[in-house]
Amino acid sequence: MLDTEIKVTPELAAEHGLTAEEYARIRKILGRDPNFTELGIFSVMWSEHCSYKSSKVHLRRLPTRGPQVLQGPGENAGVVDIGDGLTAAFKMESHNHPSYVEPFQGAATGVGGILRDIFTMGARPIAVLDSLRFGPIASGTTDKETVARNRRILDGVVRGIAHYGNCFGVPTVGGEVHFEPGYSANPLVNVLALGIAKKEDLFFAKARGAGNPVIYVGAKTGRDGIHGASLLASAEFTEESQQKRPNVQVGDPFMEKLLLEACLEAMQTGAVVAIQDMGAAGLTSSSCEMASRGGLGIEIELARVPQREPGMTPYEMMLSESQERMLLVAERGREQEVLSVFAKWGLDAVEIGRVTEDGLVRVLHHGKIAAEIPAHPLAEEGPVYQRPLAAPAPIANERLVEFGAAGAGLTENFRKLLAAPAIASKHWIWEQYDYMVRTNTLEGPGAGDAAVVRVKGTKRALALASDGNGRWCRLDPFVGAQLAVAEAARNVACSGAKPWAATNCLNFGSPEKPEVMWQFSRAIDGIAEACTALEIPITGGNVSFYNETLGRSIDPTPVLGVLGIMEDASRAVGMAYRAEGDVILVLDGDTKGWAVLVHGGGKEFGFALPADRAIDGATIAREFSSSEYARTIHGIVAGAPPAVDLAAEKRLIALLIALAGEEKLQSAHDVSDGGLAVTLAESCFASGGLSAHISLSSKEPDEAALFGERGARAVVSVTPENLGAVRQIAAQYEVAVQEVGRVARGEFRIELNGRIVISSDTPSLADTWNGALEKLLNSNRLGKAE
Amino acid sequence: MKFGVVVFPGSNCDHDAYYALGHVLHQPVEFLWHQSEDVSGFDAIVLPGGFSYGDYLRTGAIARFSPVMRAVEKFAHAGGLVLGICNGFQILCEAGLLPGVLQRNAGMRFVCRQVHIRVETTDTPFTAAAKPGQVLQIPIAHGDGNYFCDEATLAELERHHQIVFRYTTPDGREDAAANPNGSLANIAGICNKERNVVGLMPHPERAVEAALGSDDGLVIFRSLIESLTRRASVSA
Repeated sequence: MLDTEIKVTPELAAEHGLTAEEYARIRKILGRDPNFTELGIFSVMWSEHCSYKSSKVHLRRLPTRGPQVLQGPGENAGVVDIGDGLTAAFKMESHNHPSYVEPFQGAATGVGGILRDIFTMGARPIAVLDSLRFGPIASGTTDKETVARNRRILDGVVRGIAHYGNCFGVPTVGGEVHFEPGYSANPLVNVLALGIAKKEDLFFAKARGAGNPVIYVGAKTGRDGIHGASLLASAEFTEESQQKRPNVQVGDPFMEKLLLEACLEAMQTGAVVAIQDMGAAGLTSSSCEMASRGGLGIEIELARVPQREPGMTPYEMMLSESQERMLLVAERGREQEVLSVFAKWGLDAVEIGRVTEDGLVRVLHHGKIAAEIPAHPLAEEGPVYQRPLAAPAPIANERLVEFGAAGAGLTENFRKLLAAPAIASKHWIWEQYDYMVRTNTLEGPGAGDAAVVRVKGTKRALALASDGNGRWCRLDPFVGAQLAVAEAARNVACSGAKPWAATNCLNFGSPEKPEVMWQFSRAIDGIAEACTALEIPITGGNVSFYNETLGRSIDPTPVLGVLGIMEDASRAVGMAYRAEGDVILVLDGDTKGWAVLVHGGGKEFGFALPADRAIDGATIAREFSSSEYARTIHGIVAGAPPAVDLAAEKRLIALLIALAGEEKLQSAHDVSDGGLAVTLAESCFASGGLSAHISLSSKEPDEAALFGERGARAVVSVTPENLGAVRQIAAQYEVAVQEVGRVARGEFRIELNGRIVISSDTPSLADTWNGALEKLLNSNRLGKAE
Repeated sequence: MKFGVVVFPGSNCDHDAYYALGHVLHQPVEFLWHQSEDVSGFDAIVLPGGFSYGDYLRTGAIARFSPVMRAVEKFAHAGGLVLGICNGFQILCEAGLLPGVLQRNAGMRFVCRQVHIRVETTDTPFTAAAKPGQVLQIPIAHGDGNYFCDEATLAELERHHQIVFRYTTPDGREDAAANPNGSLANIAGICNKERNVVGLMPHPERAVEAALGSDDGLVIFRSLIESLTRRASVSA
């Protein structure tokens, strides 16, 4: 049956995911019933994924301005000024559902999509980070079949990212990986990409000049990915979702690499007016958005679109999500300059239409009108929902951690914690990624708290970190989201860079559930408050709703990606201890309860913990019950995330940047998953041979003192000569300094209140930490659990 | 003295090789487009890493048929110096300029990390400035770096001292754990019998600045530059 013969009814609209009100609105905009192709176009443009209809009202609360921001949310990527006439374009995006349905291609095309967003802006991608969440992969954590499937998904996702990024030639320099039961049937694959462009080379997706030709470039259009955005990304999963595998697109990184080179070269001709990638909703969104942003119309002839197979209908062509395609507007009369660049790179480039003045998106098929829709209402006047919010009922009779007899089995527990997938080394994953190509990687994965890439031709470097803790956000989305911002910013500061701007990827369940919308709204408030306090504008991002399978939502997971800048790349700080005998310090932004010490002669400044500092046992137990230790050792996930103190975070961040700038630090590593003990140990492991002898004093229970995850803290090592200066600078920044030990060789040892509580041979701890992930994932291959 | 860095569609270490030669070592260097049929005027040619033509079919299998490779073959047969890095090594093997093949890594996964390689012969224009047995820390990044050839070829390679680099431990021991991809006899790089063509899987262009983790790759480029200088003074 021909498209034109398919009668559009309210039922058919409902099948396209459009509500009765939305359908009525479509009829009002058109002044008539839509035809089948138009229905398809509206359904994708007004899908949750493309229209942000449930999130828009909340996203407005995010701080998006700052003198450094050249482009905030609304374009393909955010852009910030990084000095020397250069700009950084960066953004994070999710590809969650496709990665569950088909992990390899789902993740691969996730990388491809965000890379296109970056080079569409005229920026060459120089780094990628991946923020990944999977279900448990350790045996015994859940049923065998689920564990085996989670491992398969992890393996496929990692291979997919490697396949695309490695071939394209962008280094995958960092990211994070976490495991929680809620992600078993809904993994998260969030990819952050960063690109660099000269200020004058930036490009925007805004059509200009009626009569200018519209040119299609890149891969041919096929039937793949039809309704990828509207059906895969904008509805929850059911048992039939696996049948949606054909809706997942297939990526070709080689094609994307050619497209990158050709696009950047074409832009240099000066004959390109506007450019937009064909991502979600392909030809539809690229044409509508370019027209709408320019306040103009676009007319395209589908018969001219390069097609992979014959007999495709206008509906299929407009909704196809075939990858590696771009739509650009060239200057009339100079189209040949553009076409010849694409010919050089062996890519299809065809003039398929022109910019018009009438404000309509007109789609022709062999000269006949297949669709005719006003661009602006289609792109900008979609539905906006103020969905109901409801706080979930508080959990009754929570079981919290009961602190054991002090000291019992702490070394053994510490070893178990080091082997927990969330804490263990992720080298098995990142060694599959080319993290060095382009020769800019100063701090690659595992080398520092943030990835650091230099900017060639300048003295500068950029740092990037991503963070997000779904477990904490489930317990308290407001505080959890604040902690995500704080940790990402702290990580960037540990590398010596100043947090400069942020992107986010907001992964939540169904917005139609008031509890989920409440989580979303609270998370936005948390991000807004933290970003405002830390002066980090949000320049864009992505919302991914409907992350639920069979009615169960994932833990709400806002992931923050923070970009930092550093004036002098040679001052980047890593996490590895550097020399035996260096002094290990804990820097603590939280100075409550600390007495100010100002010693005579102006020689010693600082804060000291008075012996009578009050300890609130109930709060400690509640906050400790949400830690990685509580989950791994006690099997408890309860209570509340650690309270956040943004002023303390801000002081610590400022101090870390100052110390790095004055070259006073040998290493820096923030206290996060696994607490102080894990932080102290990780700096040993990264050093490849050094150890630490630590002596702590605390009134907290031993487990909380060693493994508690309170923020605003970092472990640094300094040479003995610099110790005095570091104390002095820290006092100026009002950050407490606690000298806790020395970098050593041999045994890793922690003494707490005068008693040795952890002691072990360092190489054996390092082996445990290094090999844990590989051991789990290889056992899958041998064991064939299902 | 002029270096050429070939750009195939899909090359992605071309800029890195260019940067190492031009910016770090201050040598004259130009890109050579894959459709060039003429490489005259160049003194040494680098085939860079990447995924030429997407590495579809087999790594390097399509690139060997590109117009520039006919010119590179002629250049090599006339004694010109050719360095193939990673994908470039794969292309040289496919083109028959070097013996053997590069198969999928034994672990069946892409591997990116620092490795150690030992200089097995200083009798090449690419290693003349190194000390015999010198161990270099140079990164690898490949999915298909598992060198293989038949026994007769291996014997030939050994007899003619054509094995230029072997994977070893940091202290130069050749053991299985030091072999990142299952390569036969821990082979990381080889040369042709005439010794003017070298291919290796590790990326020396990524190891020319200490800030990036190692500058051990410099010795390879310095050898190359010194050899070319010597050649120039001889012919002058």
